[in-house]
Amino acid sequence: MLDVSKIREDFPILSKKVYDGQPLIWLDSAATSQKPRSVIQSIVDYYEGFNANVHRGVHALSIESTAAFEDARQKVADFIGAESSECIIWTRNTTESINLVAHTWAQENIHAGDEILVTALEHHSNLVPWQKVARDKKATLRIIPLAKDQSLDLSEIDTLINPRTKLVAMVQKSNSIGTTNPVKELAAKARAVGAAVLVDGAQSVPHMPVDVADIDCDFLAFSGHKMLGPTGIGVLYVKHDILERMEPFLRGGDMVLEVSYEDASWNSLPWRFEAGTPNMAGAIGMGAAIDYLNGLGMENVRDHDIQLTKHALDSFKELEEELEIYGPKDPALRSGVVSFHHPDVHPHDLGTVLDRRGIAIRTGHHCTMPLVRSLGVPATARASFYLYNTNEEVDALLDGIKEALRYFGNGAGTAG
Amino acid sequence: MALERLDDLYRDAILEHRRNPRNADKLEDFDTTGDAVNPFCGDEIHLQLKQDDKGRITAVGLQGEGCSINRASGSMMSEAAKGKTPTEIRALTDWVRKLMQGDPEAESQLSPEGDLRNLFGVREYPIRIKCALLPWSALDEALSKLSDG
Repeated sequence: MLDVSKIREDFPILSKKVYDGQPLIWLDSAATSQKPRSVIQSIVDYYEGFNANVHRGVHALSIESTAAFEDARQKVADFIGAESSECIIWTRNTTESINLVAHTWAQENIHAGDEILVTALEHHSNLVPWQKVARDKKATLRIIPLAKDQSLDLSEIDTLINPRTKLVAMVQKSNSIGTTNPVKELAAKARAVGAAVLVDGAQSVPHMPVDVADIDCDFLAFSGHKMLGPTGIGVLYVKHDILERMEPFLRGGDMVLEVSYEDASWNSLPWRFEAGTPNMAGAIGMGAAIDYLNGLGMENVRDHDIQLTKHALDSFKELEEELEIYGPKDPALRSGVVSFHHPDVHPHDLGTVLDRRGIAIRTGHHCTMPLVRSLGVPATARASFYLYNTNEEVDALLDGIKEALRYFGNGAGTAG
Repeated sequence: MALERLDDLYRDAILEHRRNPRNADKLEDFDTTGDAVNPFCGDEIHLQLKQDDKGRITAVGLQGEGCSINRASGSMMSEAAKGKTPTEIRALTDWVRKLMQGDPEAESQLSPEGDLRNLFGVREYPIRIKCALLPWSALDEALSKLSDG
């Protein structure tokens, strides 16, 4: 169990008031999470205390910043059960992590006639790069379709994963509707045909225990800013024996061992994949975010998400007949996100009404345009939860939705 | 209470136009058409215009999918466009755009189109300005296809 009122004291922004004194209700953590004071302070400490470029200087500050930077990398490795910190590559975000794989590993390993398999739940960041690889390599992009409840329809999975499959790239937790996919089972099927496995962990790593050894994936991509960390820092985990054979992505400073005017040899792992001055403050901030999450325990973070989701789904039953709620109903198969649509209230109008009550939600297609189109609506409204949200905030959301229905619903009068 | 301020955006006239959009039937007999899509929210507008022999717009058909601001703006636009020449419509479009951008001059200009003034409140919601202007983009496109446009 999380002590949420104590947790909330750690997040300065949560005491903010918006408009005419409405307390902020942040239900948009799937877009970006808020930051605890310890994360903000770690960045201040870095800039005030030991700002220096890493891996370069012989002086005291560079030694200190390098140690903190590499310490953060080790924290990430431990957090996801990686075999070594050498397997952790700093990127800007999940999107860059996935593109790194598409520009390196995929160039060497995807050939004409091969198949790349993704799910119908993918964020554009785990779909668009594979469309290009498939086109360039004359490979085929295949999609695991959805069942009626927007979980994956696995009835044809043994045809979809076949000897031509070279990569299964799948989201572990849908940012758009919250579905949690059985990535471990799918990874085992991929292994059986010799395919590589990439997991988009942008929403799962912040919200539940994720262990790369347990999943047995080759790649895991995620972002710092959705897990209490700063923006501009992301991670790509690559299994060690694959990383050893991967060509560098960006070339330049820090990723080289020896350079002549004609040629260069590569630095050891993981720095071979980190050309140029990295985001030192971001990495250190992400390390502080992991410390904070470890202090709470990821099982507790997941259970809190499930509890909030259950409370939301139970409360929303009141509007069951009019409100379409997407995703599986079992909180074990989905959590952290409630995505919905009402025929009388456009999501943008709903978002504006809620905003004026201090409630921040996301409306639109959530960077999953094909998925939202398949739901048969132009857009959905999405509330997403995290470790600092309360049942009372979910209740305020429901009150806000009801207010919007009085405003717009069914040709009734104007403001209530 | 927060919702009182919301009334500045969702004025009665906007809610009324949203519920009873004018000129919503698709024209079978038209001289030009225009379409506009906002891929970020999935909103879309499809417009047909019919002119008389002097070039004045005599009939408007407007269909689409969108939020209340988009629908109301389109409905008001369809009423305002009727009886005007393309040149007059362009001046009106220009005025609406300036109004949305907060141009003080546009604000002081009295428009003969009473209902359109209800779109004022949208300026306070920058993210929604695009919703209000989407139908006007379809109108631009329709006019640009006319030979006398």
